[in-house]
Amino acid sequence: MNYLAKILVFPREGVLDTQGKAVGKALGRIGFSSVKDVKIGKYIQVNLEAKDEKEAETAAEEMCRELLVNDLVEDHSIRIERIVL
Amino acid sequence: MNTSVIVFPGSNCDLDVVHAISSALGTQADLVWHDDNELPQGTELVVLPGGFSYGDYLRCGAMAAKSPIIRAVIEHAGSGLPVLGICNGFQVLTETGLLPGALLANRTLSFICDFCHVRVERNDTPFTSLYRKGQVLRIPIAHYEGMYFLPGDELAKIETANRIVFRYCSPEGEVDDSFSPNGALNCIAGITNEAGNVLGMMPHPERASESILGSVDGLPLWQSLSRWLEGRNRS
Repeated sequence: MNYLAKILVFPREGVLDTQGKAVGKALGRIGFSSVKDVKIGKYIQVNLEAKDEKEAETAAEEMCRELLVNDLVEDHSIRIERIVL
Repeated sequence: MNTSVIVFPGSNCDLDVVHAISSALGTQADLVWHDDNELPQGTELVVLPGGFSYGDYLRCGAMAAKSPIIRAVIEHAGSGLPVLGICNGFQVLTETGLLPGALLANRTLSFICDFCHVRVERNDTPFTSLYRKGQVLRIPIAHYEGMYFLPGDELAKIETANRIVFRYCSPEGEVDDSFSPNGALNCIAGITNEAGNVLGMMPHPERASESILGSVDGLPLWQSLSRWLEGRNRS
């Protein structure tokens, strides 16, 4: 079966996110006074084959550990969706 | 000195390193493709050069760190022989785990290509024996992701272990955050592994090895390595 692993990677708490800071300031400057903090990360979408959702998730976790995420500075979350053709 | 300079897709300082070593020491260096599984026989120094390996996609150095040649580089480092990572090479070394930490986007959020000053904190490494401790080097940097980061407790550990080799400083040698071009924690510009034979540095010694380039402060680094290897071969 085909699955989509939708992976969000974002800076860990305590890691200076210069991009997020700059964008947060810009939002404040144009009038969004409610903004407390902005974090900027990335979205990675992997199309993969697996026998079930659990296997897809395990594979995606392993991809994150091996390459996609540097857990010294980044956190991540994974959402698995089945592709219905 | 038998040197292997690793070439990744997107490396762009590989030939500069070859040229600098050739002009400094009169010896040739081999270019080794990242897809190779082994280093040329007799390799003494491995250099991971600057550039934009894999277009800096995903994270700087992340994909280069998974190249086939890296296993041989890790073995080489394990044998006690020197490994030097310059700029993107430093980023690759942190991604392989040979060096701790990560290089994040400069606090200026801009690519910085300029001369900077760094202070030599250690001259007891294979790379720095011909410098004086406390010597100030004028040496170029060229990077977007050069802000050295390591969580507080681990940072304290590498400080205690005396693993910082270069720190950004004023032209007079004063170390202060205001002289750090990129916001690196503790003004760190270069660190070693525990054994001292793996060095990662953001500044480019190969761009400061001939007077025509405006500085020869990188020259003693190649000479130090050559002398260290000669001493090792004798003993």
